[in-house]
Amino acid sequence: MDYHRHLDDELDSLRDKVLLLGGETEVALERAMHALVERDSQVAQEVLENDDKVDRLEVEVDRQCIEIIALRQPAARDLRFVISVAKMAPVLERIADHACNIARAAIDLNNEPELTAVADLRKMSEHALSMLRAALDAFTSADAIAARDVIRSDEKINDLYNYIFHTLIEMMVTEPQTATRNARLIFVAKHLERIGDYVTDICELTVYMAEAAFIKHDKE
Amino acid sequence: MISVNNLNFFYGKSQALFDISIGIKERVVTAFIGPSGCGKSTFLRTLNRMNDVIPGTRVEGKVLIDGMDVYSSGTDVVDLRRRVGMVFQKSNPFPKSIFDNVAYGLKINRMTSSKSELQGRVEDALQKAAIWQEVKDRLHESALGLSGGQQQRLCIARALAIEPSVVLMDEPASALDPMATTKIEELIHELKKQYTIVIVTHNMQQAARVSDTTAFFLMGKLIEVNPTEKMFTNPDSKTTEDYITGRFG
Repeated sequence: MDYHRHLDDELDSLRDKVLLLGGETEVALERAMHALVERDSQVAQEVLENDDKVDRLEVEVDRQCIEIIALRQPAARDLRFVISVAKMAPVLERIADHACNIARAAIDLNNEPELTAVADLRKMSEHALSMLRAALDAFTSADAIAARDVIRSDEKINDLYNYIFHTLIEMMVTEPQTATRNARLIFVAKHLERIGDYVTDICELTVYMAEAAFIKHDKE
Repeated sequence: MISVNNLNFFYGKSQALFDISIGIKERVVTAFIGPSGCGKSTFLRTLNRMNDVIPGTRVEGKVLIDGMDVYSSGTDVVDLRRRVGMVFQKSNPFPKSIFDNVAYGLKINRMTSSKSELQGRVEDALQKAAIWQEVKDRLHESALGLSGGQQQRLCIARALAIEPSVVLMDEPASALDPMATTKIEELIHELKKQYTIVIVTHNMQQAARVSDTTAFFLMGKLIEVNPTEKMFTNPDSKTTEDYITGRFG
């Protein structure tokens, strides 16, 4: 039984590591948006500096997955768990990259006059963050039902993106002097919209892990 | 096609197999897995009545192989075992030459009419068992001088010579090193184009590598049969999953 306890320990350690990566990603997004909304460039700078830690965690998760596959040959639910984690880690890292891009936009915009559309972006980012948290919770408890709920809620992010996109374009027309800054905000909105898509990917992996069902390209 | 219905098997008063029903498809590899004593080898041996030689055994239920009722009173057991060949865990060549090991079954079954035909059939069987190149220049040397892996492939050639439609393999690679095991596994992959193969193995990775269908046995019962890729990624039964992931017991 020692051998299996060992495998369970390794799988637990892998779960802890990917959740740590998820936690760092969550914090990066939260702080990047805080930097933009509260015009705090110092916080934006910290998000950029912390990205190395996220990258390191991604590599560690990768390495652990490869080791478990090579040395333990996991099967069935163990295999689905390891494969899901291996595919989830780069998705989380990319979400953190989007957070860094938002932090860079914040640093640029914080030197310019404030824009009203930032409030809408805050609403969008709150939804993206709550999706990310719910996705990580669903993964932790292998809850495919909760993961499917999160996938459905991506529609709201897409709606918010469309609304913000059109609002910002309108502002760029009516107030041409804000065009450059509003263009940056469109990019921020796009980053948040992409984060919604990545969170959806995470949830699809959770459904695979829990049910062995491939729902990635299902059209509901 | 092998069709087994409601098979029960007894060693004296002790029941070893309980109500086994399974269909085994032609020209695929079916692996039986399960812990020691689960009945997988006993079940394999019911398919060509190899258990008949054990005193006090009894079978209930039906086994049909290509329509032939294996346990019917009129069944010719010698003919059955010609059609359903067997390879054992420990290679068991006869203390004869390599040639004679393969020729033996052909001779006693009077399957050839001339010396040249016999030679042709022996070569063909050795080719099919992927050992011809290694033995063609020493066909008349003792089979006991071959390595363990070569002896096992010779035994496979011996089984193939008499043209079975089904080959049963009871842990054919468990006594072999990784290189010899790979050769046997490659051979199984080739043989399934022509034969129905049923293999019992303790090595789950081997079952995953070589088989198309996997059946899991536990305490004399057939717990689950499924395509191998499903069995190893998403088995239907929790018991199967516990066994496959090593969390059994």
